[in-house]
Amino acid sequence: MKKILKSMAGMVLATTLAVGAQAATLKVAYDSDPVSLDPHEQLSGGTLQMSHLLFDPLVRWDKDMNFEPRLATKWERKDDLTMRFHLRQGVKFHSGNDFTAKDVKWTFDRLRSSPDYKAIFEAFAELKVIDDYTIDLVTKKPFPLVLNNATYIFSMDSEFYTGDDDKGQPKDRLVKHAGSFASRNASGTGPYIVERRQQGVRTDYKRFADYWDKQSPGNVETITLTPIKEGPTRVAALLAGDVDFIFPVPPNDHNRIYRSSNSELVVLPGTRVITLQLNQERVEAFKDKRVRQAINYAINNKGIVDRVMRGFATAAGQQGPKGYAGYVEGLKPQYDLEKARQLMKEAGYEKGFSITMLAPNNRYVNDARIAQAAASMLAKINIKVDLKTIPKAQYWPEFDLRAADIMMIGWHSDTEDSANFTEYLTACTDESTGWGQYNSGNYCNHKVDDMIRLANQETDLAKRAAILQDVERTLYEEAAYVPLHWQNLAWGAGKGVQAESVVNVMNFPYLGDLVVTQ
Amino acid sequence: MLLFLFRRLVQGLAVMFVISLISFSIQDNLGDPLREMVGQSVSEAERQALREEMGLNDPFLAQYGRFISKAVRGDLGTSYFFKEPALQVIMDKLPATLELVFGATLLIVFISVPSGVYCAIRPNSWLTRLILGVSILGISIPVFLTAIFCIYLFSIELGWLPSYGRGELVSVFGLWESGYFSKDGILHLVLPCFALASIMLPLFIRLIRSEMVEALHTEYVKFAKAKGLRKVRVYFVHALKNTMLPVLTVGGVQIGTMVAYTILTESVFQWPGMGFLFLEAVHRVDTPLIVAYLIVVGGIFVIVNTLVDILYGLINPTVNLARTAQ
Repeated sequence: MKKILKSMAGMVLATTLAVGAQAATLKVAYDSDPVSLDPHEQLSGGTLQMSHLLFDPLVRWDKDMNFEPRLATKWERKDDLTMRFHLRQGVKFHSGNDFTAKDVKWTFDRLRSSPDYKAIFEAFAELKVIDDYTIDLVTKKPFPLVLNNATYIFSMDSEFYTGDDDKGQPKDRLVKHAGSFASRNASGTGPYIVERRQQGVRTDYKRFADYWDKQSPGNVETITLTPIKEGPTRVAALLAGDVDFIFPVPPNDHNRIYRSSNSELVVLPGTRVITLQLNQERVEAFKDKRVRQAINYAINNKGIVDRVMRGFATAAGQQGPKGYAGYVEGLKPQYDLEKARQLMKEAGYEKGFSITMLAPNNRYVNDARIAQAAASMLAKINIKVDLKTIPKAQYWPEFDLRAADIMMIGWHSDTEDSANFTEYLTACTDESTGWGQYNSGNYCNHKVDDMIRLANQETDLAKRAAILQDVERTLYEEAAYVPLHWQNLAWGAGKGVQAESVVNVMNFPYLGDLVVTQ
Repeated sequence: MLLFLFRRLVQGLAVMFVISLISFSIQDNLGDPLREMVGQSVSEAERQALREEMGLNDPFLAQYGRFISKAVRGDLGTSYFFKEPALQVIMDKLPATLELVFGATLLIVFISVPSGVYCAIRPNSWLTRLILGVSILGISIPVFLTAIFCIYLFSIELGWLPSYGRGELVSVFGLWESGYFSKDGILHLVLPCFALASIMLPLFIRLIRSEMVEALHTEYVKFAKAKGLRKVRVYFVHALKNTMLPVLTVGGVQIGTMVAYTILTESVFQWPGMGFLFLEAVHRVDTPLIVAYLIVVGGIFVIVNTLVDILYGLINPTVNLARTAQ
């Protein structure tokens, strides 16, 4: 008897050891925390990172910017307005409910009531349920970005969010500034469930036992997410082995991580462009194309990337990064001081003029120093810049007022699409459509707007790309604004964390597929 | 005594009122809270609608009146980020800060008193010179540099101590999640407490030393020595007791500085306390939380100063509280 017990204990021990070697824990430190467990409350990087852990989208981006099936297994275009999606069967929500088409419809309708997501789903007329595992997404006009938008449809568990919570409020209530049931509780189909959450301090995720994706190589059983705001502290925590995975890594600390034997740096070219806008309504000279070109020639993007960004960016000559539909290979950054002076002379501003410039100092990587560098470069063509840099909290109200002659703005396209840059940054300002909302340069070219409108109805993607490339070329020739660079992305990973295979340019690492070896 | 407390209460309320008025009137300059709450592509019209819904477009007096009428019922507003009553959020973070301050205070007391006394008794020894030399260094290095240096040395290079956070917490009577009852928690406390203490230590060592030097020259100490009392008793009971009054005064004033420095220490060590909370609130333009924090800290000041005054009376009964309050 004793012997049997002993061997049984041995067996139990052996199995636990085997599981222990397989399953890993991961301690993650990001610079911020999602504001809520409700995936529709705020459109932000933090929310999307969380959504990929707790929920699943219909489709998601892979590393090469193609679409990868998730809750939708295949899709086909029925006609100009309709895209049909076939949904995955046998998928369970965290609550135990079955995932069906009605959940997707419920989610879609809720998305369209969310202030943050409304604009993205503007082009859609409705979501039609065909049967339990088939849906049709119908657009108002022919619309090319149906799949891009489907990456935002993270299906929620409609049954779980139905009814009233203990405060008598409906469980699906969507509010920003007051706590709701959905902001504290979540049931999705995703690889992880929330075990414990202290907002702003730490969130513990545990792997969902019934997760549908059995093909996933991911072996991380528990994830602890701690927001660490200060860059040096975040890097120190990684180097000290207190955390295994961090984002972002400030450019100044790259070498420390390279040198360290127990951590690795993973860098990807990013998709957020940093630009300067030249306000034509405030400065008469900016109305002259030659002056705008001179400014583009005077600012050495490459130099800023090398010296201020320490190589941690890609110098830009256009809005959208490589890989986007509108990217034009030939549009290189311009830098030619002689030509800049020549253009200033031609325009009659040889003696130069004085202007004001405003930039944030805690929004983009090295933002204040980039602005300083640009200002000193403009001095070489006799443009005297009165530069002020302020924290982002104060910057945005000033930006909305277009309160300086040159303002800095960085932009990442929510739809990973070129047209988005133009719509927000360089289109003529139109309050009714929201176009040009961030166009503090007041650049306005109706031809460009028409091209974008055309592109937004062109479902032949090759034709559409040609239009968007034309837009980039026009903006380049017109020197509509000053492109600086696309920020790179950098993650730090501890030993055995195979981060490289799960990170992507959108910066939502698919941690469900992460493999950690001991 | 009761009169004194009553006066202090009235004063405290007045202070709080002024703080609330000031912090409320600067909130428009802190930035736009909506910007932190919505995505980049949300339209201006949509943001206006939300502002309207949240009552941010109301005139100042209407907003302030609403705030005050709730505040007298103990409701200081709801944090935008935490979505909970601001007061509640702060109270949840208070233990972490108190533990940090407590640890730093212990370090200050147990290091500054013996070393201050030693420096006074042995003015020419090499150890005295070392202590005073290091304390000059301590005064001139900003707290975040000390903190980053400590992390670099003890966490990264030596790997002895954790670099951030509070570690494992043990619940005490279900009221308090404390780091003082687990090894992990204590290890997490060492560096932040030391960093926080490092600003005050030099000051107190020097203060105790100079007061002690003075006390050693007084007649009663000389007399006590002459009488043949044990040295330890002379130094630590007779002399030290009389050096404590100015030390306490400075200590009371320094509590304020301590609160300010917890902000820096907590943000470097990612310590989930009130100071860190405040800094984050400023970044996020979480105005209700900022206002509530200022009021709570104002309250702490009033309470601490009152306690210091009461302690005064206990140590030196000739101090008349009711009169000093006038």
